[in-house]
Amino acid sequence: MDLLVVFPDPAPAELVRTLDLAGYGWAGIGGADAVADKEPEEGWAGAVVSAVEDAEGAWAVCRALRKRDEPIEPLLVVVSGAQLGELDTRDELYDDFIIGPFHPRELEARLKHLLWRTGRGPSPQVVEYGSLVLNLETYQAAIEGRPLDLTFMEYELLKYLASHPGKVFTREALLNRVWGYEYYGGARTVDVHVRRLRAKLGEEHANLIQTVRSVGYKLGQSRWQP
Amino acid sequence: VVPVPILAAVERQHEYVRRAVEERGVRLVRLWFTDVLGQLKSVAISPAELETAFEEGMHFDGSAIDGFSRIQESDVLARPDPSTFELLPWADGGSTARMFCDIYNPDGSPFEGDPRHVLRRNLRRALDSGWSFFVAPEMEFFYFADGEPNRPLQPLDSGSYFDLTTSDVASDLRRQTISVLEAMGIPVEYSFHEDSPSQHEIDLRYTDALTMADQIMTFRLVVRELALERGRYASFMPKPLPDVQGSGMHLHLSLFEKDTNAFHTDGADYALSPVARGFMAGLLHHAREITAVTNQLVNSYKRLVTGYEAPVWVSWAKNNRSALIRVPVTRADKTSSTRVEYRSPDPACNPYLAFSVILAAGLKGITEGYELPDETVQNLYELTPEEAEKMGVRPLPQSLAEALDEMERSELVRDALGEHIFEWFLRNKRAEWRGYKAHVSQWELQRYLPTW
Repeated sequence: MDLLVVFPDPAPAELVRTLDLAGYGWAGIGGADAVADKEPEEGWAGAVVSAVEDAEGAWAVCRALRKRDEPIEPLLVVVSGAQLGELDTRDELYDDFIIGPFHPRELEARLKHLLWRTGRGPSPQVVEYGSLVLNLETYQAAIEGRPLDLTFMEYELLKYLASHPGKVFTREALLNRVWGYEYYGGARTVDVHVRRLRAKLGEEHANLIQTVRSVGYKLGQSRWQP
Repeated sequence: VVPVPILAAVERQHEYVRRAVEERGVRLVRLWFTDVLGQLKSVAISPAELETAFEEGMHFDGSAIDGFSRIQESDVLARPDPSTFELLPWADGGSTARMFCDIYNPDGSPFEGDPRHVLRRNLRRALDSGWSFFVAPEMEFFYFADGEPNRPLQPLDSGSYFDLTTSDVASDLRRQTISVLEAMGIPVEYSFHEDSPSQHEIDLRYTDALTMADQIMTFRLVVRELALERGRYASFMPKPLPDVQGSGMHLHLSLFEKDTNAFHTDGADYALSPVARGFMAGLLHHAREITAVTNQLVNSYKRLVTGYEAPVWVSWAKNNRSALIRVPVTRADKTSSTRVEYRSPDPACNPYLAFSVILAAGLKGITEGYELPDETVQNLYELTPEEAEKMGVRPLPQSLAEALDEMERSELVRDALGEHIFEWFLRNKRAEWRGYKAHVSQWELQRYLPTW
């Protein structure tokens, strides 16, 4: 999957959640040096750089992304209201900006539009794993061409698991990443939703989501593993 | 102030519902809510009205709904909960969907007569102490040839407990029902033929209490609709046949603190934590007060009699089916399944209100540090009232009237249900009892007419 580069590392929680929910693959970097070090073979698909936490570091990262043979674009920068002045002299370092704390839907919309305009970057339209297909545009899921009628949270959970095949998530992690807000059921909710998803996937595909004893859940195998 | 992420989540859920309606060709969306007596109510809207329903809610006159009428204001507002959007696989070839609603006053405050709101309020209270309330019900019901009350009831089979009745209509129906439930995301744990002719049991897998109350409402509808489709009749009446077991709704209860079962302590008696013991003590202490809510029909009390696997005495035991609270056997390494089973409720209750009073009673036991009485090891069905009194074991209310008297005196129930529902429920149920009391039954005619 094409990766967006995100600064700083660890990335702000709200940014993580927004990118995950929108279905983008991304990797965090801690400074300008890591831009080249951690770059995947096919290159970065774009960047989201937050200047809110560390402005100096952020502009250094932007420079590292842009001052090179093939500048990385699109680049979306997050600035606080007080940092708006810093944008003035740095037009060449970013393609668009958003004021933090940002509205997640706005960030998602800006990023989507930027990626569309540059005609590159990850395509978050479809998540596939084997015969499982999730269309992120229409919120529809299907297995072997059979549509799955899911509730919103079942859909979000399946999307999250399918976007990270083979990766084991704890219940707490899934609750934080997928639900992201306080919920009556607590972490047990995850078990309940997994059981519901398995019921809807049908007997044949129920093991697509595996229980990892005393850890949590994973969907399928990682594509990077033999 | 509502934080931005929650707003975004709600918008996203609305968008999800809109897209699902479009993509799956949904032609009708049913907005569901529950009246105070536990009857499901439905307003159907077309996809075009969905936007308005989300943005503004649907106005309606509450005065025609049981328990929704007030002296001053009768307008209420139903706002669909997008997280409950689900297609109804059996209805209109799958082109109908439903959402549960929360009911609001015109000023935007939650409507005090809405049972779903009452449960939310009680769950919030538990959550303030860090506890989520989980429930798994055992749903019992009968299939009959028809629902005509003036003819003797005709069971569909003469099977008994665990019978494998092949190829009969009732078992087919049960199988079909389970596949519809699973397709709707209501996982079934077990199902089997119960003790009485044509009596069936379907056990649902635990989930948080609010979702479970929604699921029970859905369950009752699915069971009845699928039976009707085949020209049969399914009933959740607690005691439809006089000489066989009635239908109960045993509830398996537990409190979780995040990932941890707050009812479990390794090495403790029956692995029950102090929290579990307090919860049980609270339930036992307040059992008589909450029975009117968990067993709300005149007929409910014909199930709670000696001789038919239903509890009669306020007591608890490890593995004694005559006790009101049972502690089911669980595997030692499965700490998450330590739970208590509350055995008096029947499937004709309002699940939102029943869960509310049960939770309130349990929490009270924990916070007030009630002492859990000793386990009752005797078979309580053989107990005479004198022996019971000597042991300090009280009976459950013997009739709806007695249960209402107990409820009326209960601060706990008043507080859990809120003034509006508390008052209305008592008024409505007193009237039901008066109607019953004035009635002369077949039993009386057969017994007294020849001799007097």
